[in-house]
Amino acid sequence: MNEIGRPARWLYGMLIALVLLFVYLPMMTLVMASFSRSKFFKFPIPQFATNWYADVFASLSIRSFFWTSLVIALLVATIATVLAFFGALAFARYRWAGRKLYQKVLLLPILFPQAVLGLALLLWFSAIGVTPSWQAAVFAHLVWIAPITTLVIAIQVYSFDPAMEEAAVDLGATRWQTLKEVTLPILTPGIVSGFLSAFLLSWANFPLSMFSTGADQTIPEWISAKIQSGYTPQVPAVGTLTMLAAVIVMALGGFAAWLHARRRAGLA
Amino acid sequence: MAQATGIVTITAATTARAAPEPSGWRAWLRQAGVLTALPMALLMLAGFVAPLLLVVAFAFMPPQSFSILQPPTLANFQEIFANSFYRSFLASLYLAAATTLICMVVCYPVAYAMVRVFGRVAGVLALLITAPLFVADNLRLVGWMLFLVKGGVLSGALQAWFGIATDSMLYTVSATLFGLVYTYLPFMLFPMIMGIAMVPLEMREAAFDLGATRWQVLKEVDIPLAMPGILIGALMTFILAAGALSEPRILGGSSVVMIAQDIQNEFTFAQNWPKGSALSVLMILVAGVLAVTLLRRIDLDGIFGRR
Repeated sequence: MNEIGRPARWLYGMLIALVLLFVYLPMMTLVMASFSRSKFFKFPIPQFATNWYADVFASLSIRSFFWTSLVIALLVATIATVLAFFGALAFARYRWAGRKLYQKVLLLPILFPQAVLGLALLLWFSAIGVTPSWQAAVFAHLVWIAPITTLVIAIQVYSFDPAMEEAAVDLGATRWQTLKEVTLPILTPGIVSGFLSAFLLSWANFPLSMFSTGADQTIPEWISAKIQSGYTPQVPAVGTLTMLAAVIVMALGGFAAWLHARRRAGLA
Repeated sequence: MAQATGIVTITAATTARAAPEPSGWRAWLRQAGVLTALPMALLMLAGFVAPLLLVVAFAFMPPQSFSILQPPTLANFQEIFANSFYRSFLASLYLAAATTLICMVVCYPVAYAMVRVFGRVAGVLALLITAPLFVADNLRLVGWMLFLVKGGVLSGALQAWFGIATDSMLYTVSATLFGLVYTYLPFMLFPMIMGIAMVPLEMREAAFDLGATRWQVLKEVDIPLAMPGILIGALMTFILAAGALSEPRILGGSSVVMIAQDIQNEFTFAQNWPKGSALSVLMILVAGVLAVTLLRRIDLDGIFGRR
């Protein structure tokens, strides 16, 4: 009675396929548009070419936006991971008065529209005399990304047996040694996925960058500016390259997870 | 010697963890939990609480001023309601409500199928749904623009393959709504998957054994038990959609103005910080009331720790 029949299974499968198609359709459109030869996008595409990629690679300004995006993302991921490592222990591991409040406050930036947060930060920076720049963007990204990284690591912390730490302490380890030799290695998978997701979220961020970078520009900001000033096929070409970069980072993460699982299996 | 003091500190920390001693705030501050929470707490204070408090303060300053040290006034709010600047706020609430409703109806069967029918590949499916969040939302909307624009993928294909001529599908309120549903769908789907995964199978089986129909099980077991996930998803979708900026601009043209666009205008081109702040306060109130109501009801340890 409770079993899912074959026709129902097929129907559910179709539904999931449709949603996935819906989710990926604009990205497929971008990849396709980037290989169109003509300046104006037209479908069906009359002639395919890679001239827009040649343009993108030759452009020094686009190259500098790539670097800005990359530096911001690397810094955000590194700082967010360090903050989130401790933040996640406070979130899930230790019992302390104030923990429930702390957990809720951490969720607030995630439950707040990024564009409005970006604008509030713009006001805040002006009021305290910080000139918007890529460094300010790192801070703005952290406000939204570090809590997400904390949640990613916290999920790993929940599955962590505190007895491991207590055993290390009983054997005479200092607080620092326990952290370095016991806690850190056990939490490694969560830390790696936290770092990678922080990197990717910063890499793809537009609303926070828009109001905090000032004269500096990231790739998503460049895309927005180009759309305002007039479409060029450089937009889908750059878009395809940033998506490719994200896919490579995710693949590296997947490979690391696979290696980790294999080493675990080897030990057992 | 250093080793010995280290051990002493650790033991102190362990006992404090087991039972926080009520000897003032110094003891409270020495707890491992407080120490590890400190960096994140400072970031939240300096990057979230303080900026929003500043916005609230600016909302009560005289129009066009750039300092918060003046006598407070309600002029900005009067201006908003007198000159129908609240329209963008109402439009945002309406579009956010429609987005939430559509996403909820679409996502429930999908999330159900992902957990209950294709549970074996649930991890892969969840990854496929999450991955687009790592692509800038304005870039994905440009993809939709190329898909929906006149002569784009949809109308071009209809014209070339079926001889059907269509008009542009962009720059309307529906196009904006479409963009919102697209962007915020994962924010509904993901918590819903977590919520449905929390419903114990035995509970459903028991209901069926006791003679409940499929509809009754859905209404009395599935949906109520998955409610924490559904609520988080609905709340996130609503708040994020209400504060959307790129969707009305890229897909909506100038057909509808949402509140984030108005705030941006006041903060940048118009240089009227107090009015932009007053508009932001409306957004902060909606997001704050909804978030606080929800966070009071749910147990975060239960959701993230599955205990």
